[in-house]
Amino acid sequence: MPSLNNLLLILLLPFCSFLLLGLAGRKRLSPLAGILGTTSLFISALLSVHSAWTYFSSTSSHKPEVAWSMNWLQFSDSLSIDMGVLVDPISMMMLVVVTVVSFMVHLYSLGYMKGDERFTTYYAYLSLFTFSMLGLVVSVNLFQIYMFWELVGVSSFLLIGFYYDKPSAVSASKKAFIVTRFADLGFLIGILILGHGAETLDFNTLIARLTDPSSPWLGALSAGSFLGASALTWGLLLVFMGGAGKSAMFPLHIWLPDAMEGPTPVSALIHAATMVVAGVYLVARLFPVFAIACPVALDVVLWTGIISSVFAALIACAQTDIKRVLAYSTMSQIGYMMFALGLSGYGGEAGLGYTASLFHLFTHAFFKALLFLGAGAVIHMVHSNEIKDMGGLRKRMPVTHLAFLIGCLAIAGIPPFAGFFSKEEILTAAYAANPVIYWIALITAGLTAFYMFRLYYLIFWSRESGVSNAHPVDEHHGEGTISMKLPLLLLSVGAVIAGLVPFGNYVSSDGTPLHIHLHIGDAVLPVLIALTGIGIATYFYKTESSKPAKLMQSMRVFYMTLHNKFYIDEIYLFITKNIVFPLIGRPAAWFDKFVIDGTVIAIGRTTDRIAETVRVMQTGRVQDYALFFIASLITLAVFAIYLFH
Amino acid sequence: MTAIPLTHILVLSTLLFFIGVFGFLTRRNLIAMLMGLELMLNSVNINFIAFNKYLYPEQIEGLGFTIFIVAIAAAEAAVAIAIIINLFRTTHHIDAEQADSLKY
Repeated sequence: MPSLNNLLLILLLPFCSFLLLGLAGRKRLSPLAGILGTTSLFISALLSVHSAWTYFSSTSSHKPEVAWSMNWLQFSDSLSIDMGVLVDPISMMMLVVVTVVSFMVHLYSLGYMKGDERFTTYYAYLSLFTFSMLGLVVSVNLFQIYMFWELVGVSSFLLIGFYYDKPSAVSASKKAFIVTRFADLGFLIGILILGHGAETLDFNTLIARLTDPSSPWLGALSAGSFLGASALTWGLLLVFMGGAGKSAMFPLHIWLPDAMEGPTPVSALIHAATMVVAGVYLVARLFPVFAIACPVALDVVLWTGIISSVFAALIACAQTDIKRVLAYSTMSQIGYMMFALGLSGYGGEAGLGYTASLFHLFTHAFFKALLFLGAGAVIHMVHSNEIKDMGGLRKRMPVTHLAFLIGCLAIAGIPPFAGFFSKEEILTAAYAANPVIYWIALITAGLTAFYMFRLYYLIFWSRESGVSNAHPVDEHHGEGTISMKLPLLLLSVGAVIAGLVPFGNYVSSDGTPLHIHLHIGDAVLPVLIALTGIGIATYFYKTESSKPAKLMQSMRVFYMTLHNKFYIDEIYLFITKNIVFPLIGRPAAWFDKFVIDGTVIAIGRTTDRIAETVRVMQTGRVQDYALFFIASLITLAVFAIYLFH
Repeated sequence: MTAIPLTHILVLSTLLFFIGVFGFLTRRNLIAMLMGLELMLNSVNINFIAFNKYLYPEQIEGLGFTIFIVAIAAAEAAVAIAIIINLFRTTHHIDAEQADSLKY
């Protein structure tokens, strides 16, 4: 059990840094802001690693424990909302991932954001995000997770819209906020259903009550039926809807590619490594309920995951913006984690998918952050996000080149890089559970290798002359400062060795160590497919040629569909403009304007008219008043005499 | 000397009171209205004294109230006359009909 003080410090350090930087104003602390934020995150990261180390090395069986909690809101005798710190394998793992990646991003931003006018504000937002994400990870109950969930959403909104003078950034931040809020509405309803049915919001109690087949709560929740599913299924599906919104699962993914308008380190932290996996974390947190009490909901997770995975991989092949390719690749990898959770069973060997999913979350955080930070370095040098402005950069940016290559190899699943191990576990679990899923996942793996290496070749090889004339390179800019190179190197190390962690010993669905055996035979096919993807990318993109253009011409319709992201954005626009606005928005506006406002105005007018009539009595003459007074007095006196005589 | 019955005194005070009311309601001159007011107050005083003397001769509350009312009436006359003087200074009349700007 790690010491409680350390755990609280991990959370409070980023919070204090947020308060300090946020309140200090933009001028006063400017030179120090970066150092302050980075230092506090460095301490947090050290403490997290230390806590995780003590936790995983001391106890053999890892049951969730509440390290600290306080009663925050007491609704009734049985239902209360607590704030606390939950210690279990996945929260410890996530603490390490979040603080380490966040520290890397803080460090990297020292160079990347240098000279920005709102440098202090940027660091304040980063700290706020880190604090919220850590709070989310250690939440002890559904409501606490929901609060931090929203905080994370707000900080994501603030950071996407960080360049608020860019209209595209502003609309992207709004889009992200609205789409995730829409999903969170489902999450909230789900929380209320589960909380009402199980009469608790606390994770441990909730899981205990809903996984015991004889418990009255489970009976009550699964008894009724609404639109063909029990209350429990609806509750879990709605909770998953929140998770799917945050994790950019199809069809709630539309905000993620646009979110790339934010500064690149932010994309690395929020929209690649940490926040977008919150949905996976949420499902993993409630996994026993999904797996034991409601396999139907788990099937939905499975299919959402696999569809998002292959869907995003296809789109990523036809994007020309470096960050959008990475965004779709993130979505695809999160789809991998989701379907791995979806096909997993509870306990023992059947729980391999669960372990594999979280293992992939762990390794993905490293190599995806690495890829984004590498992309950031490229963008920093070229001043453009478009692939066509890049090419032949490998000699100018040797460190970035190496780091990016490692990232690509890791995500493509080439041994011995980190992605290989986690992806292999997922595929093994898929093979055991469902062959259809296995084959779709294999195709996705091939696509992943293809689009990542397409990106790699287009940035670093392709044109030998270097960069296009439109965006001349600052020669003295170089690859950026040491603070930008150091995180790349550290994360590269992470992307190489993270896969060697014996993850099954630490994280498993039921808390008992799971020994994972990888068979070399099983790994041959996936690796071959990944190598094929890389080979195709090499053939088309290693040197500049007309081959990709010809291929594009031959499959024009298909390519345009992919390039336009399956027209999902257009479908959303069509639905909002042609269905939601005229059928719901306008009538609602009419109702508001004429019925609600009308009532209020009518009340005001009536009062006014009555007052106009009555005020004639106010003549201003003393004797009139006296006459009224005396006349009424006499009337009252007469009444009194006749009534009480 | 034959004692005057209580009813006579009450009739007197009632007459005084309604003369006062009549004056207060019909006179236009503010000073005359003030005089009507004084008549009403004093008719009440007569009532107090009479009830005290005829019904509860051993008590003195009626007398006390009377003195109290006389004092209040003096103060009230002072305030009223101050108001009237101010009205005269601003409008050069003391006509209650015309002093009707305090409305709405």
